[in-house]
Amino acid sequence: MVRMGPMTETPVLAVENLQVSYGPINALRGCTLEVRAGETVAVVGANGAGKTTLLRAICNMLPWSGAIRLDGVPTDRSPTHKLARQGVIHLPENRGILTTQTVLENLQLAFDTYPSKRSFGAAVEEAFAHFPRLKERQAQPAGNLSGGEQQMLALARAIISTPKILLLDEPSLGLSPRMVREAYRILRGFKARGMAILLVEQNVHAALRFANRGYVLRQGAIVRQGEADVLAHDTELFNQYLGFT
Amino acid sequence: MIQDYVVFVGVNIVLAWSVYVILLAGSLSFANGGFMAIGAYVSGVLTVKFGLPLVVAAPIAGIVAGAIGVLVGFPALRTRGIYLMLVTVGVAVSVKAVIESIDYVGGIQGFGGMVGTTQWHVIALVVLVGCGLWLLSKSPLQRILDAVREDELSAASLGINAVYVKVVCFGVGAFLAAVAGSFYAHYLIHVTPDQFGIVLSVFIVLYAVLGGTNNMWGPPIGAAIMTLIPEFVRGLESWRPTAFGVIILGLLLIRPDGLLAFRSVTARTKRALTISTSDVAKSD
Repeated sequence: MVRMGPMTETPVLAVENLQVSYGPINALRGCTLEVRAGETVAVVGANGAGKTTLLRAICNMLPWSGAIRLDGVPTDRSPTHKLARQGVIHLPENRGILTTQTVLENLQLAFDTYPSKRSFGAAVEEAFAHFPRLKERQAQPAGNLSGGEQQMLALARAIISTPKILLLDEPSLGLSPRMVREAYRILRGFKARGMAILLVEQNVHAALRFANRGYVLRQGAIVRQGEADVLAHDTELFNQYLGFT
Repeated sequence: MIQDYVVFVGVNIVLAWSVYVILLAGSLSFANGGFMAIGAYVSGVLTVKFGLPLVVAAPIAGIVAGAIGVLVGFPALRTRGIYLMLVTVGVAVSVKAVIESIDYVGGIQGFGGMVGTTQWHVIALVVLVGCGLWLLSKSPLQRILDAVREDELSAASLGINAVYVKVVCFGVGAFLAAVAGSFYAHYLIHVTPDQFGIVLSVFIVLYAVLGGTNNMWGPPIGAAIMTLIPEFVRGLESWRPTAFGVIILGLLLIRPDGLLAFRSVTARTKRALTISTSDVAKSD
């Protein structure tokens, strides 16, 4: 893509007036947000604010209305698997690991998703360089891995499928503080390589420290947005919208 | 007599595999008795009324049933779990009802005149299908099927079109059941719609489930045992169905995952370990 300066650049992902309802309940009431090339965006909010729903709607895993554009092109409700092949890689809350398959098989499936000039061996070597622990456990079924190792596997899969945009659902969920730091250290590596990332998190501090920009989601609507470091120091925001200090 | 055993066991093995193929993508089908009926009747019409040879008629009947399977499968496989099972039951029941109402193939009187199946046809079919499934289990396709079976949403996130995979499996399962049905009909000479009731579909599923469904060798063993047991408990006269039922219950109690269910994780781990050790050897 030709870079045309920050003002005119087409965002990698643009979401406009996105609405989702579960029967009579409006889970998302008109969300608008964008992720530009190479940018990391965090969507934070309390439990039940609609964060997971937002990511699922972007991947077309549930019915939605509004507009979603990838590189300026409307996705027109492409099915999930087609979006994945276009580089919209979603790591769901449960991490999307196939527990009966081995670590290596999980990586192979991720590799097959996306046409690549590299060989599988080269891709796996790169992934194992980031995650030496996975190399030791490559022949084990993914279900035997610890929670932290499964998260590593999910992230390794994300590298291998070379996403255009990575959608991360609560990467810190269920991890020990040490593993949370480790996961974010790895994600910083992705960020440094210019990968566009949209992250939803309940762990507001970790998410805002990591992101360039942030949005605050409350009861299905975006109530605040701005530079991540500004939001991170906004005490009023924490009191009012997130329910803690 | 031996020929009877070979043909019936062989036909049932292929039927059990036809359920297994659909199960590979995570759907349970009670429609395979219906697909078998389609195979029996379509191939019967082709050989008896149009004079085609059996080995040509059987695959044509398979393709017809496969196409019907895909047509039915597309809307049906969007439903899940118990609803999908009910839809497949509906398919089996309607196929029988439709055949009963077509006078051209004899209605409820049945259709006759099919000849030509020898035990060699059936043995060749079993070997062919077995080789196909074995190649499949060694191919990357197996991984895709495993992914769809385990978690459709995750599979979709990986770029796998889960609906397509399931529909193709449904079509292939229908094809196999119909080819088995063709050979079956051309051995029996005369078939009636009654033979293809829902109970048949239930039995086909039982062959696969009792044998074990986490690798390709379970269903044939289940089919062979379930076909031969009734022969050996023949002496019990009117107690035969009861004895059969008791044996099924016993099998389910002793081996709830099927006779040949290796713990799938163990089997996989072994295979994966051999892969990784060979990799290590290479990198050294």
